Amino acid sequence: MPSIQIRDIRKSFGDIEAVRGIDLTVEKGTVLGLLGPNGAGKTTLIRMLTTLMKIDSGEAWVEGLNVDTEAQAVREIIGLAGQYAAVDENLTGRENLIMVGRLYHMPMKEAQLRAADLLGHFDLTDAADRTLKTYSGGMRRRLDLAASLVNNPPVLFLDEPTTGLDPQSRIALWKIIRELVAQGTTVLLTTQYLDEADFLADRIVVIDHGKVIASGTPQELKTELGDEVLEVRIRDISRINEATAALRSIGESQSVHVDFGTQTISMTLDQGVGSLPKAIRALDVAHVEIEDLTVRRPTLDEIFLKLTGHGVRV
Amino acid sequence: MEAIYRALLEKKWMYVVSDTLTMVERNLIRYVRLPQLLIFSTIQPVMFLLLFTYVFGGAIRVTGSYIDYLLPGILVQSAVFGAIQTGVGLTEDMAKGLIDRFRSLPMARAAVLAGRTLADTMRNIFVILLMFGVGSLIGFRIGGSVSDAVLAFAILLLFGFAFSWISATIGLLVKNVETAQVAGFIWVFPLVFASSVFVPVETMPDWLRVFAEINPISVTVNAVRMLLLGYTDAAETARLAWLAVVWIVGILGVFMPLAIRLYRRAA
Ligand SMILES: Nc1ncnc2c1ncn2[C@@H]1O[C@H](COP(=O)(O)OP(=O)(O)OP(=O)(O)O)[C@@H](O)[C@H]1O
Ligand SMILES: [Mg+2]
Repeated sequence: MPSIQIRDIRKSFGDIEAVRGIDLTVEKGTVLGLLGPNGAGKTTLIRMLTTLMKIDSGEAWVEGLNVDTEAQAVREIIGLAGQYAAVDENLTGRENLIMVGRLYHMPMKEAQLRAADLLGHFDLTDAADRTLKTYSGGMRRRLDLAASLVNNPPVLFLDEPTTGLDPQSRIALWKIIRELVAQGTTVLLTTQYLDEADFLADRIVVIDHGKVIASGTPQELKTELGDEVLEVRIRDISRINEATAALRSIGESQSVHVDFGTQTISMTLDQGVGSLPKAIRALDVAHVEIEDLTVRRPTLDEIFLKLTGHGVRV
Repeated sequence: MEAIYRALLEKKWMYVVSDTLTMVERNLIRYVRLPQLLIFSTIQPVMFLLLFTYVFGGAIRVTGSYIDYLLPGILVQSAVFGAIQTGVGLTEDMAKGLIDRFRSLPMARAAVLAGRTLADTMRNIFVILLMFGVGSLIGFRIGGSVSDAVLAFAILLLFGFAFSWISATIGLLVKNVETAQVAGFIWVFPLVFASSVFVPVETMPDWLRVFAEINPISVTVNAVRMLLLGYTDAAETARLAWLAVVWIVGILGVFMPLAIRLYRRAA
């Protein structure tokens, strides 16, 4: 039995169809990365799976429990860290975690021990007995994640868990998630960062406009979408047409993009870095002087452009 | 406290009680941490008390001294204004995402609302006692028996509790802190001023007097006033006390299920 199973679920808000028929399966002890731009429907999907929102049509099961008809049982076995930290400002970090433990109906002793344990794990021991008013955004975020683990949930939902964390905390959190998964936890996480999905996820599902537009292992998606991008800044903007034509002539890719502001041409290298010499030679033959040249991984924006024909909406 | 919790956890159906206690505790901690919240919520009724006693009071004709007439009204007003905070607090919790957190936990569905309304009622105990104190300093005297005073106190608290549920319903409907603040006062103001809180309703024009007489705030104020001042007409006192209780039960009967239903489906 898969840990999470979703069959054709939909959700509309008035005229807006936020989720338009998504099917998903997440196997036990694996991580599914849900990747998508703003407004893709990630949060809506998570809210339906965590019983916060009614499903319009379709069905979903978590560990075999129907999220609609067995909602209370689902709540016992899931952990949720929403997109924005949901913590009580007037309580201390420790009190927040103990409160959550109590609401899972743990005896006081157990709730206290669990709280101390999690505070240590998330590097909050020093701040444990201060009220949250004194916490930084990153500390709140970490506390929120700790709160989602109070019941040792076999299934964990994380909505953009590392947004707003500094690089160090981000890596620390990745480590924690990996540990949890090693112990058998199933994780469904949403992210806007390709590298995060790449690092954590066993499988990635890309959604846009409430629909799945691509899915596979990170490796599969990268071969499919992750071609390197060549960026060339030329010295003389009046030569831009020659430069563009030269680059097109090597027959690598249709997606050549010109940014007049920075005098930069970017082009996806379908054949990888190997075709770099060809590109330079073509520019040289066309007498285009190069001021700067870089090869980089595609941004999420470029991947969406490729998948959807439009960039990431902000 | 711990022993109570443990006993409650033994039985699944008692979760609603243990969860409510957890929520009451959480809501009250705020007042312990930020005593200024309590101070501010008492400044307003104290100002009303002083304003009406010393500025307007001289021009208002009542039987007996005006402070004796006024204080029971101010007590009801304090309880009702306190109840507005229930809706505001709930929308704050919604805005901070806490309600989402609670709704994702296997806790009793009614506990968030019950915890909030009970905590606000406990805060009202403090406010009402303080108003009693201030009133006594400027000449208010209880004229009835101790048991009548206790009954008046109970009616005050229950009335505030009932209004907390109306306020919770409004909060769950408007979902937004600022709107809850404004919406909270809009319906309370006419109820408080077109009532017998500050002046006898006999002086009002007919159309307003009809409203003021059936207004639950007037009914409650009159009952509390008679109980506290020791009116000799025991039958009339009992009638008004019962009428106040009927209002309280009626409000709770409508707004408790309504608020709980709204909470369940709040998205
Ligand atoms: N409560 C709501 N009422 C109305 N529309 C909503 C509501 N929640 C979401 N939407 C709409 O549904 C769509 C999907 O929103 P959702 O929050 O699921 O996107 P998301 O992928 O989580 O985006 P982001 O990356 O910005 O968090 C958006 O168009 C959004 O405006
Ligand atoms: Mg989102």
